[in-house]
Amino acid sequence: MSGSVLFDAPGPNAMRRSRILSIVFAVAAVVAVGLAVYQLWLGGAFYQDRWDIFGQPEVWFAARGLMAGLGTTLSIAGIAAVGAIILGTIFAILRNALTPWVRIPITIVLEFFRGMPVLLMMLFILIVFASGAYWAVVWALIVYNGAIIGEALRAGMRSLPKGQRESGLAIGLTPLRTTLEIELPQAFRIMLPIILAQLIVLLKDTSLGYIVGSPEIIRIGRQLVDFYDRQGGPYALSMFFVLLAIYLAVNLTLSALVRWVHKRVSRPRKGGANLDGTRTEAVQLPTEALRQQQRDPMADTTRYPGAGMEGGG
Amino acid sequence: MQAIFENLPLWLQGMGMTLLLTGLVTLIGLPLGVLLAGMRVSPVAALRVVAAVWTEIARNTPLTLVFFCTAFVLPKLGIVLDFTVGAVIALTYYTSAFFAEAVRSGINSVPIGQAEASRSIGLGFGQTMTLVVLPQAFRSVLPPLINVIIALVKNTSVAMGFFVFVLVSVAQRLSNVYGDQSLQIFFGIALSYLLITVPLGQLVDHLERKWSVQR
Repeated sequence: MSGSVLFDAPGPNAMRRSRILSIVFAVAAVVAVGLAVYQLWLGGAFYQDRWDIFGQPEVWFAARGLMAGLGTTLSIAGIAAVGAIILGTIFAILRNALTPWVRIPITIVLEFFRGMPVLLMMLFILIVFASGAYWAVVWALIVYNGAIIGEALRAGMRSLPKGQRESGLAIGLTPLRTTLEIELPQAFRIMLPIILAQLIVLLKDTSLGYIVGSPEIIRIGRQLVDFYDRQGGPYALSMFFVLLAIYLAVNLTLSALVRWVHKRVSRPRKGGANLDGTRTEAVQLPTEALRQQQRDPMADTTRYPGAGMEGGG
Repeated sequence: MQAIFENLPLWLQGMGMTLLLTGLVTLIGLPLGVLLAGMRVSPVAALRVVAAVWTEIARNTPLTLVFFCTAFVLPKLGIVLDFTVGAVIALTYYTSAFFAEAVRSGINSVPIGQAEASRSIGLGFGQTMTLVVLPQAFRSVLPPLINVIIALVKNTSVAMGFFVFVLVSVAQRLSNVYGDQSLQIFFGIALSYLLITVPLGQLVDHLERKWSVQR
């Protein structure tokens, strides 16, 4: 339901009222922002020395540091994303295993991984395996997101029509090959938006490296702030805005990408021409899968343990 | 495990702080989220824009950075907060966006006909929302809301990096003291988190089964 159903197309009166409300609200917002800015000004937010770093050659030193931090953040996210997808696939296969001897322990382990904070897992790997902060962050993100992606893939596989698996078995594929070649590719396609949204969460979670001590961008930022503090340059505020801008730029770009993929995937697939040049009508996805897709993938970026993957579980 | 049982007061302190943060943030953030969701679908353009900008920025900022702001930036500007208060503010700001999105997707799950019907009998936007749409959205919205709370329980762990003593801090402190038992300590703390999250997850499952509406 779009918002516009909730109210009539505005007539002249309603338009006037809406405009007045808009203006009143805008004024209120401006006043609120003004008050906040005034408070900041009292605290000295606009003293020139808080911002003058952008006019000095020093800024290049800080920028190089931040770029190195951003590099670490992105490399952690990249490695962890690949690892999480691979591990997620393995989890999904094992979770669907025929023998309860594999299925039940895996179910419990997945539930366990999803129910604890990633930070706890990072600390655990850091302290128990003494792996160094960088790899502690990478491994914790792989395991945690692998569990979530595995659950998503499983839900995707369950939403497929039964006939897919049955026909795979009927043409003589082993159960494993049926899963690998028939079910998983389709599950990936159905769950792609949710998996991508989860990868954005993964990128945001690399910032937890700040706490365990991996040299990612927020930690570098903090160190730079402390460094300049000692020299009498109070740059915490400007650093915050720079970090915010960097994260928003990266995440909003990726979010836009996810929405685009979501829109593309929701369309029935056209496919190429057949050998004789004719075209086959696109097969509608099963209703369960469609229902999964109608959700805004970005609305699902917080996850649960225990709860099945909506609809699917 | 032994180490945890020997330090029960410490564990209780961490558990108490985790629950306190979760409770306070839910109490403040949930009404804020409903308000934001209402603004997001309202007829007034300025409200829509403000709500959209708020949720988009809050959802795309890492929680660590929000904590960074309340713990290190605000004090430099003369706004010195207790670390716990700072944590509540940071978590509320971050979580309210997710509450808002959950409520909004619930509003979207109510069939169009309901809103059209209430419009056609002459109810205004406020009446349509409060009398017709929101009560129906409630049942489909409750499971996702609880999911947000579960995520919140896990997110409170970030406060550890900003001088608030939560459950994870217990794990870190105890494993520093009892180096030989760190495996059991972490296992115990993980179980403590599951103690909160699993019942909530069960509740979600239950509600989804009980309240799933065939539309």
